[in-house]
Amino acid sequence: MRYLPLTDADRSAMLSVIGAGSIDELFADVPAEARLSAPIAGLPNHATEMAVERHMARLSANNTTAGSVPFFLGAGAYRHHVPATVDHMIQRGEFLTAYTPYQPEIAQGTLQVLFEFQTQVARLFGTDVANASLYDGSTACWEAIAMAGRITKRGKAVLSGGLHPHYVETARTMAKFTGDVLDISAPVLEATPDDDALIAKIDAETSCVVVQYPDILGRIPDLAKIAAAAQGAGALLIAVVTEPVALGVLQSPGSLGADIVVGEGQSLGVGLQFGGPYLGLFGCREKYLRQIPGRLCGETVDADGKRGFVLTLSTREQHIRREKATSNICTNSGLCALAFSIHMTLLGGSGLADMAKLSHSAARKTAAALAGVPGVTVVNSHYFNEFAVTLRRDARQIVRELADRQVLGGISLGRLYPQEESLANGMVVAATECTTDEDIAALVSALKEVLA
Amino acid sequence: MNAINPTGWRPSIGENAHDSGIQTFTGNRALKLEEALLFELGNADRSGVDFPATDGIDLSALGPMARAERPDLPGLSEPETVRHYTRLSRQNYAIDLGLFPLGSCTMKHNPRLDEKVARMPGFADVHPLQPVHTVQGALGVINELAHWLIELTGMHGVAMTPKAGAHGELCGLLCIRAALEAKGDPREVILVPESAHGTNPATAAFAGFKVENIPATPDGRVDTAALTARLGPDVAGVMITNPNTCGLFERDLKIIADAVHAAGGYVYCDGANFNAIVGRVRPGDLGVDAMHINLHKTFSTPHGGGGPGSGPVVLSEALSPFGPLPFTARQADGLIKLIEEEQAHEEHPQAFGRMCAFHGQMGMYTRALAYILSHGADGLRQVSGDAVLNANYVLRSLDDVLDAPFGSAGPCMHEALFSDDGFAEGFSTNDLAKGLIDEGYHPMTVYFPLVVHGAMLVEPTETESKTGLDQFIGAMRSLAQRARAGDELLKSAPHLAPRRRLDETLAARKPKLVYKD
Repeated sequence: MRYLPLTDADRSAMLSVIGAGSIDELFADVPAEARLSAPIAGLPNHATEMAVERHMARLSANNTTAGSVPFFLGAGAYRHHVPATVDHMIQRGEFLTAYTPYQPEIAQGTLQVLFEFQTQVARLFGTDVANASLYDGSTACWEAIAMAGRITKRGKAVLSGGLHPHYVETARTMAKFTGDVLDISAPVLEATPDDDALIAKIDAETSCVVVQYPDILGRIPDLAKIAAAAQGAGALLIAVVTEPVALGVLQSPGSLGADIVVGEGQSLGVGLQFGGPYLGLFGCREKYLRQIPGRLCGETVDADGKRGFVLTLSTREQHIRREKATSNICTNSGLCALAFSIHMTLLGGSGLADMAKLSHSAARKTAAALAGVPGVTVVNSHYFNEFAVTLRRDARQIVRELADRQVLGGISLGRLYPQEESLANGMVVAATECTTDEDIAALVSALKEVLA
Repeated sequence: MNAINPTGWRPSIGENAHDSGIQTFTGNRALKLEEALLFELGNADRSGVDFPATDGIDLSALGPMARAERPDLPGLSEPETVRHYTRLSRQNYAIDLGLFPLGSCTMKHNPRLDEKVARMPGFADVHPLQPVHTVQGALGVINELAHWLIELTGMHGVAMTPKAGAHGELCGLLCIRAALEAKGDPREVILVPESAHGTNPATAAFAGFKVENIPATPDGRVDTAALTARLGPDVAGVMITNPNTCGLFERDLKIIADAVHAAGGYVYCDGANFNAIVGRVRPGDLGVDAMHINLHKTFSTPHGGGGPGSGPVVLSEALSPFGPLPFTARQADGLIKLIEEEQAHEEHPQAFGRMCAFHGQMGMYTRALAYILSHGADGLRQVSGDAVLNANYVLRSLDDVLDAPFGSAGPCMHEALFSDDGFAEGFSTNDLAKGLIDEGYHPMTVYFPLVVHGAMLVEPTETESKTGLDQFIGAMRSLAQRARAGDELLKSAPHLAPRRRLDETLAARKPKLVYKD
């Protein structure tokens, strides 16, 4: 077995040092009736690299990849071009095969990356501080809601209708068990989000208002107005960014008054990967520092006075605080944070702005082209790189028919909101710097066929 | 000082412990390179990515929230970027560099085939919300891995989506809550042994339970009598780690499980140490109702400097109906279907909800599946066998110079536990651990489990050779003797790492989490 270095001679020599006759004897503590006598049912014996690669390649081939067809899917996961350097660097064994940097003297590489990552996220979000990442956007969103509850000592969270439905479902799951009350609504297919209706829901029990920016339909809410209303009532504004590239051309949520900003970092460096692993981003005001969930990296000095970095404020964490911890999270999304940080470093502020402008431009062209297809109406007045359309009939069916024509044309709102009849004909369409004029033409012609 | 040095290497610590005293202009020391912060190197005009020209793009559809200036984020050209991260990487210890004996964390070799497989376009370049018939291969990976996880554990079902071990714990406890609520029998107490990993009580509290600790016996196991005596109508369940955090098998788990079930509760098993028994013991046969499997431990998906992990939860027949959405199932015609909110009302009406957006850690599933298929039934059994053999070899090669609190009771499982008993006055576990850094190793897990004073938990894993173990044992013997003899140089170790001991108090007292110009 290529991964196991011990030889039979090694094993014998080691067993004699131990004073045991066989490896099985070392399992003496396992009661006889609990020991498995036969091999695992149906699992073949060890396989060559070639055989495993062939099996996996066959499974891989049985998918339509985003890069092989005209592709317009978004809703919380976006196809951006990731420079070759990113994947090359994250495969350096010193990053890939390192552990959580609990021994800082020999983990300054990971720690400095995390410090730089935290700074990049804070600057992107316009927040004072940021953490070293969480699992993904949906879990970061829930962690923010829980944190707002701790800060305000209130138990009701108002979720905007524009919040990604999977994020809502994740929060709903957690809230069931923590006793928090969530005010939930579905989005309405209108050109702009109804910020005033959202504001009207804030009351003296509200811990936070959760607003996605841009929202699930690609619309751009007025965060400053909502922040003022929330804070006026003693509640926090949590802004949720599922497409961080948007902040290359949109004002940062922190600068608009958001108290906590969370997001999904997948767009930068990470890739689609069928939904994971992704990267939870989390930033907030400095005064809430000690309530932040997850790992934090901080600057300090070593015994010789040299600058260095350590994981810090671990008195919030489960391995110290046990049942009194701010969160049960142990693992972060380290390697995805590294990928995000490298991609962001390659882009810089000007590169991020260019990438955002090109994505926006592609979305604009797509919207203009779709507006000319009979049976399609573009919903949004404003958007970044994603917008909603209404179609003549159920969009679930249309998405399938487009896929049959080798076009991945969008995501039906029926799939995202199976209970909402009013949304059944809706579809969200996303474009990025990867989208070509040919892709747009192919989408238009396939949609014309399908809707004819 | 008389260091035992069986491999013939010159002991690296002595009167020359500090660098030779030669000063350099840069602060670099040959291959030991200092690296500035990105914010000291780059600026927002620099970029390592070429784009088509963006002048003249009409931004009016952005509306009133458009920003006036580009974000204040420094960029670097591609060569500068490559150099920055390459230089940073060299400040890290990693499995690729040497033995990484971090107990309970299972730092073993990460097969490179698994990296290649995860990057196949059919897995890396598919969107989670594509129509189901366009992602049959990706769903096939999830379904196939789910199948083997169920077979390997002898359980009934599996929730694949939890994103790490602690997330899996939460998923398992939410299943327990949902099952109790479905029976109209809400209970609020979860029993947790005092030797448990900190995530166990943290998770139970997060899931809204009251946590009560159960003591350990002098031989390092859960006190079965104390546990069963506490069972009653308010106890929702127990969380037990098996093999436990002392590196021992919980012999009474089946007896405990039967008692918990008889009292109307459920058994959660922390599967962090499943690598010690994979292919030999099936937790389902021991009465376990839910157990998370850290794919990044047992099935060796890379730790990546602290994640991403992946924590699927295998479930008993009693808990399976309550598992979260979405999940996969193979139809009679061979196609894999996806059950999410749209189908749940008909096909899985008691699901407790959703753990996260999308389908969990696909990139970890591909790696874990390749790992399982590569090892096969015989290889996985050898994995646990060699892991336990290596740990016992370390235990028996050191128990004359280090106190092994449970060493006299018999073999350990996959990790060997030592205490600081016998060290000279004022010398601690931390001193020995930092000395290990100078010897070119990552320290073991220290001060955990809490039930042992100055605990040192050594997990060598099955991917270490005998030669490698012998050298590590030599280093450990040398350090143990120095700690017993009171060698003052050990107290200020490490001397040879990129940094010496860091001031963690300063970091916590005046937190500086972001760079400021």
